[in-house]
Amino acid sequence: MALRIWASSTANALGVSCASKSHLSPFSLSRCFSTVLEGLKYASSHEWVKVDGSVATIGITDHAQDHLGEVVFVEVPELGIPVTQGSSFGAVESVKATSDVNSPISGEIVEVNSKLTESPGLINSSPYEEGWMIKVKPSNASELESLMGSREYTKFCEEEDAAH
Amino acid sequence: MRGGNLWQLGQSITRRLAQADKKAITRRSFASEAEQKKTVLYDFHVAHGGKMVPFAGWGMPIQYKDSIMDSTLNCRENGGLFDVSHMCGLSLKGKDCIPFLEKLVVADVAGLTPLTGTLTVFTNEKGGAIDDSVITKVTDDHIYLVVNAGCRDKDLAHIEEHMKAFKAKGGDVSWHIHDERSLLALQGPLAAPVLQHLTKEDLSKIYFGEFRMLDINGAHCFLTRTGYTGEDGFEISVPSENAVDLAKAILEKSEGKVRLTGLGARDSLRLEAGLCLYGNDMEQHITPVEAGLTWAIGKRRRAEGGFLGAEVILKQIETGPSIRRVGFFSSGPPARSHSEIQDEKGTSLGEVTSGGFSPCLKKNIAMGYVKSGSHKAGTKVKIVVRGKLYDGNVTKMPFVPTKYYKPS
Repeated sequence: MALRIWASSTANALGVSCASKSHLSPFSLSRCFSTVLEGLKYASSHEWVKVDGSVATIGITDHAQDHLGEVVFVEVPELGIPVTQGSSFGAVESVKATSDVNSPISGEIVEVNSKLTESPGLINSSPYEEGWMIKVKPSNASELESLMGSREYTKFCEEEDAAH
Repeated sequence: MRGGNLWQLGQSITRRLAQADKKAITRRSFASEAEQKKTVLYDFHVAHGGKMVPFAGWGMPIQYKDSIMDSTLNCRENGGLFDVSHMCGLSLKGKDCIPFLEKLVVADVAGLTPLTGTLTVFTNEKGGAIDDSVITKVTDDHIYLVVNAGCRDKDLAHIEEHMKAFKAKGGDVSWHIHDERSLLALQGPLAAPVLQHLTKEDLSKIYFGEFRMLDINGAHCFLTRTGYTGEDGFEISVPSENAVDLAKAILEKSEGKVRLTGLGARDSLRLEAGLCLYGNDMEQHITPVEAGLTWAIGKRRRAEGGFLGAEVILKQIETGPSIRRVGFFSSGPPARSHSEIQDEKGTSLGEVTSGGFSPCLKKNIAMGYVKSGSHKAGTKVKIVVRGKLYDGNVTKMPFVPTKYYKPS
């Protein structure tokens, strides 16, 4: 949930959200060009989901990790726990901020990325590959339709940054 | 600190939003965006990639191009330049300014050597802290002090109220609020060598806590060898029209090693140095004794009292406070403010007031208040984060050794 939040104007105070967009410093430029992969689905709270057969992999986006800064701790859930679309299943901690991470879809957790316990920085270095957080057996395929595609999400991030 | 309540805001907003406390949030965000004050360095920050955020009513840089981690490390390895112009500089003048101030703070102001200063606490009638402040005795009839941005209105009202009463009884004191000046903090091992390029005064003769009025980069400045990072360094009060030039000159003379450093790194630095952030680690209901600042209560003041709340504070010194501010190392996620601290049996001991991941030590550090008896270094505790218990250890502060410039 907090991921959603710091992306909102409120979280300016958190300091993790707000590149000063009107000034094209290299810093804010890099924010505009966060990687967004095709073929993935995205939630407005900045998580991605990739469906492969009967299993969906979930993590936070490049845009999210970029705004968050160095991740120092990742809290992943236990196996077998049900997750619900839009509800928090874990948390990501950077030097300054705590962000809850929401599940973009509902289902049952079938695998968690235990590497993140030892190497939370994988979220920064490889948000879409090695930094994945959980794998889920989806319970409701239609939920995917409510999520954004890559083009839509890119635009969403740009608009959100521009709002600050 | 020294600065306001960023951390608290960050913390409480994160957690509160998670609980969907939407009312508080909307109010805060509106208030913060609408009436933001800007320091004269605002555009300079933006041009250097500063990410500006609302802080105690000001638009201030939380960080620049570097991450908070890198920025914190660079300050300790080389140096950091901070715009702290949002803080409120104030001069008290008049032949009675010392007895006047001594009514409001716990420091032995009369006992200070001219041109030296100290950290002190403004207290209320119950002995609680209204604010912390660095005060300097310039001369016997001139005190210079700096108070927190977030406490400015409250502090000024408090001082003014007492000043009126004091003057009504014939006391000679007046004030000047230095809104015509800006405040830069230059901190880290390169602070002195870099600043030496910009002034004729021999900085090696100015020790921690000492003060001078002098020319720096051609402008008449107030220089205090102090800071809030645990490093050697200076706070420079400069006429606002010269502030941008001075900032540029400092960065240039350091050949890029001293970097602009934002509030994010400043918070990590002060936490590593074990220093209180007012609004988090010290509040209205916390006494200086509980906050571990008994050292700041002058010997004469302990004997004589004569400051607001002295009865409460002097009694606490005698019998010991019931709660104490301590440091912690902890496992798991960084403990943040309001994380509960428990003993090993699960009994609540108190709360964390500041916490985070230490960029220098690469582990979690925190400070908070525990019941006396559980305050000794090495005491094992549990810290509750998101409903889970993590191991913690009471630890001496500072977490990172301080490097103040003192006579050897």
